[in-house]
Amino acid sequence: MQWETVIGLEIHAQLATQSKIFSGAPTAYGAEPNTQACAIDLGLPGVLPVLNQEAVRMAVKLGLAIGAEVAPYSVFARKNYFYPDLPKGYQISQYDLPVVARGQLTIEVDGEEKVIGITRAHLEEDAGKSLHEDFHGATGIDLNRAGTPLLEIVSEPDLRSAREAVAYMKKLHALVRYLEICDGNMQEGSFRCDANVSVRPLGQAAFGTRAEIKNLNSFRFVERAINHEIERQIELLESGGQVVQETRLYDANKDETRSMRSKEEANDYRYFPDPDLLPLVIDPAFIETVRSQLPELPDQKRDRFKTRYGLSAYDAGVLTATRELADYYEAVVRAAAADPKLCANWVMGELSAALNKAGLEIDQSPVEAERLAGLIQRIADETISGKIAKQVFEALWESGESADAVIDRQGLRQITDTRAIEAIIDAIIAANPGQVEQYRAGKDKLFGFFVGQAMKATEGKANPAQLNELLKQKL
Amino acid sequence: MSLSIENVNRIAWLARLAIDADKVEAYAHDLSGILDFVARLEDVDTSAVKPMAHPLEQIQRLRPDLPTEPDQRQHFQRIAPRVEAGLYLVPKVIE
Repeated sequence: MQWETVIGLEIHAQLATQSKIFSGAPTAYGAEPNTQACAIDLGLPGVLPVLNQEAVRMAVKLGLAIGAEVAPYSVFARKNYFYPDLPKGYQISQYDLPVVARGQLTIEVDGEEKVIGITRAHLEEDAGKSLHEDFHGATGIDLNRAGTPLLEIVSEPDLRSAREAVAYMKKLHALVRYLEICDGNMQEGSFRCDANVSVRPLGQAAFGTRAEIKNLNSFRFVERAINHEIERQIELLESGGQVVQETRLYDANKDETRSMRSKEEANDYRYFPDPDLLPLVIDPAFIETVRSQLPELPDQKRDRFKTRYGLSAYDAGVLTATRELADYYEAVVRAAAADPKLCANWVMGELSAALNKAGLEIDQSPVEAERLAGLIQRIADETISGKIAKQVFEALWESGESADAVIDRQGLRQITDTRAIEAIIDAIIAANPGQVEQYRAGKDKLFGFFVGQAMKATEGKANPAQLNELLKQKL
Repeated sequence: MSLSIENVNRIAWLARLAIDADKVEAYAHDLSGILDFVARLEDVDTSAVKPMAHPLEQIQRLRPDLPTEPDQRQHFQRIAPRVEAGLYLVPKVIE
């Protein structure tokens, strides 16, 4: 049977505020356990939550960026469940009146665009962390994370493959970073994903029973976990079994999902409006202020790169994948004042390869945009050839020197003096009468031999175009 | 509306309340009485009434995003039953 996969993603983005969503405790990552958990985060009796204005502004930013409706009136609700890292016994979240509803995001897979619906985005507080390493048979609780603002972004079940799911997640990841509402650090859990996965016979309208996969903290894991889950469900159904609605945890070490708990048992959250919080009313003037301050978004930037720099859709897409890379590229173009395509090739080629190899991000690049631009200028004005440029690039990577300093120190300046090249060619012709004779007798392949000899004699510094031209004349 | 024995047991479980088995029937009876009392509201046509999120006719006040709370871990942990390495210790939650 042909099966169709249906996926919806719930993404939790930690908002990059200085303080928590309902308290004045700081949100810095990596502090000593419980040093950033105040009386409100601990759920001590008699405390009252007060909503962080910046968290609201960030939610509005996302809403506007995905073309959604920003609710003029939304309500906070209590989601009740017991777990030791949730000291109040409920999480403050939003239920039937979320702050953002009905948006969308366009993804691209295999050159085809697809619009993915976003059902809603709501504000809520994060829980603390449980440390299950053995503390003499006990569990350790760190509440530093408790009360950190989260924006939970829920997609429609519009995704049809693990690859589409990853494309959507990457797109959203880039967007929250462009908007500067989330640092996107997946290792630290700032951007987390739960996937609802089901399969159905191709052509069937009704959805199959879904399983929810939790704990997906990298793009690679999302793809692997979803593909694994699809296989598991199809195998189950084809052998006459049934999918159970449940939560499954992805284990990256074993590359498998396993059942966490049955949803029927755990999922009775008894939501009700939180009496400690009044309704959130967002003024249209506030929304317009936020709209006027929105930065250029990834899709807009990509289009601008295509028109302004004459880049292909592919190049523009790669260079605008993150705001940092796009900024770097534009700094190179500005400083080099050279062909934008040449700049793109260097940023996407040599530089990206070197960064990958070293495991560095663009903002950690040892070669600053200005120094790379200096190198590109010397390629553009033919001081050095593209091949020599790679050698210079290595030197830029290793030292803080400028391209000009490296070229001068290593004597890499390209030989463009016609007489000098002619003299070298004459010498080669004189030294290799046999090859000259064969070439003149029609053995065209030997042309490469002469180029090689000339390059060897000049240590690769002869201008290739000039060399070819002069060789043809002389031979 | 009348609550069954199962309903009462489930509510007790969700609230993590221990109740005596021989009292469940009485609870079911009393709780059903409360629900019946409230059910009288259903005689009123509320189709044009917006659900109330809060009894006060006020809107949420917002707080500027500033860290204002100092570290009071020592103070808070004085009343915790068990602490270690800065963590609150609780009975083990996973097998």
